[in-house]
Amino acid sequence: MEVTKVINATRVFKIGEVETKALRGVDLSIEDGEFTALVGPSGSGKTTLLQLIGLLDQPTTGSVTINGQDATGLNRNQRADLRKNAIGFVFQFFALIPTLTAYENVEMPLLLNGTKPAARKARVNEMLEAVGLSDRAHHRPDQLSGGQQQRVAVARALATNPKLILADEPTANLDTENGKQVMDIMQRLNKETGVTFVFATHDPRVIGYANRVVTLQDGLITKDGKANGKS
Amino acid sequence: MLQAFKLAYRNVGRNKTRSLLSSLAVGVGMALLLLMVSVLEGEMTGALQNTIRLQSGHLQIRPASYDENKISLKWEDLIADPEQVAAKIEALPQVTVAAPRLSASAILTLSNDSKGVQILGIDPESEANKPFRDGMLSGEFIKADDREGILIGNILAEKLNLKVNDKVNLLVTTSNGDVNEQPFTVRGIFTTRTPGYDESTVFMPLAKAQAITVTENHASTIFVLLQNSEDAEAVAQALQSNNLKILTWREQNQFVVQFEDYANAFFIILYLIVLGITATVVTNTLVMAVFERTREIGILSAIGMKSGGIMAQFLAEAVLLATGGVIGGLLIGGAIVTYFTVYGIYIGDYGITGVLFEDRIYAHLTLANTVTLAIVTYVITLVASLYPARLAARMEPVEALHGSGV
Repeated sequence: MEVTKVINATRVFKIGEVETKALRGVDLSIEDGEFTALVGPSGSGKTTLLQLIGLLDQPTTGSVTINGQDATGLNRNQRADLRKNAIGFVFQFFALIPTLTAYENVEMPLLLNGTKPAARKARVNEMLEAVGLSDRAHHRPDQLSGGQQQRVAVARALATNPKLILADEPTANLDTENGKQVMDIMQRLNKETGVTFVFATHDPRVIGYANRVVTLQDGLITKDGKANGKS
Repeated sequence: MLQAFKLAYRNVGRNKTRSLLSSLAVGVGMALLLLMVSVLEGEMTGALQNTIRLQSGHLQIRPASYDENKISLKWEDLIADPEQVAAKIEALPQVTVAAPRLSASAILTLSNDSKGVQILGIDPESEANKPFRDGMLSGEFIKADDREGILIGNILAEKLNLKVNDKVNLLVTTSNGDVNEQPFTVRGIFTTRTPGYDESTVFMPLAKAQAITVTENHASTIFVLLQNSEDAEAVAQALQSNNLKILTWREQNQFVVQFEDYANAFFIILYLIVLGITATVVTNTLVMAVFERTREIGILSAIGMKSGGIMAQFLAEAVLLATGGVIGGLLIGGAIVTYFTVYGIYIGDYGITGVLFEDRIYAHLTLANTVTLAIVTYVITLVASLYPARLAARMEPVEALHGSGV
């Protein structure tokens, strides 16, 4: 089943009189359980595509569906509602709320979707356990390493049990060891829970984890295929 | 909502100095408002109470033809048998005291100086004149049968360099138009702490005042104090008569009431200026917070927080700043107001015709004013935070995540 589908999406940014076409008509369908890498050089449109899939931005033309629901024409709050339950995010810059502890950061999406306290607590502990940070639950982001922060971000992304996790350059700010740890966790969770991962990257080591690699160049998908030997 | 406050609390604590200064601005603004309100309230209440106590009473009964400004001494403009009239009025259950008074213009002359004064013939035994008796600075209070003694105010005494037992002459125009001049002895010097009054008023026994003005057994007015000022209209109604004019304290002090309205209107402008400055500080603080936390706003939006939630986040911060400010304002303002309630503010001879201001204004803060100001401060702080809150709520998540949502 399709988790998300992008149909003939374009995205044009206008700065003053200058128009920049970040996406020039992209069609992409992501199936349930995929572990997909969006690759391409800087400016190829991979982050823009990820933002459209994540409903953080809207296509200039074309459409995006999430779990079969067309997101075209949804207002800001309707998109926030859809994101809240269907999509998790992992960003390049360890996007945690600095005033909240690891536990509270993971708890935040559960608070937003109204999960009951007991279930919330159990789920937060489960997620922190899954990323190996139970002992860091009450540390604030500035008391965690970059790798630990990114693992908290992964735990937060998975907290509401979404079908789709979008990760934008998840290892770009991590050293090799921490980058590997984060990718291992994401891959394990993909296999164990069946959650779909789509991540933008140009790190060859990260691409190696993907079972599908979509290559973008100049705002168009130029190659879409399974990675070597992956199923 | 609890989560919004939890996050807001931590965000306020992120930049403690800035939050403290913002709350302090709210607090100082509120303290200033408390002081302004309490001083205005004290000034107006004090002026009104002083005017009632010394001059107007709660009620005054005069002949219908009496013109206060002319201080007429014609018999037809005066009350005949004033003691009897006063006794009848005093018999009413709402009345504390009723006393006749005779007013006359006079010139007080010394060998080398003179000054226009107002003679007030009073019943020295009456409780109506307690404020003057209580205000004696030197000498003794006049007695009803004293035929030569007068009391003068301390300001008049200072200006004419008069002391107890000094001799002065009083020159008055009598009821029949003749001029009468008689020597008097200063029996005592009083103060009402109302410079204008203490400079121009001379007391003598009613009988002597009647004698010197040739108004035997007549008085200008019956001065009435009630147990409850709110009964004034009802008592006035009960005393209504064709040939008498019954004036309540409200009617006599319309100028004070109007002056209070005018002062209130003027002070509202000052309040708005103070609140405007406070609001600007709060807006500025929160706008800075929005700029600093643009990326966090993007994160919250990305994980599904709606515009309303983001707005609530900043409003919660404003509530915390306002709470700190109101508590600070109550402490700072309370201390300043307490000082001025006890020691007052010296204003000297602040003369406005018809209003008897004391030489000091004492702050008077009511619970109603305190609560109102606290609520107003809260509301203004929240209103001031609407702009930054909306600014944050309207950010597109994708732009906010890149730190460029504003």
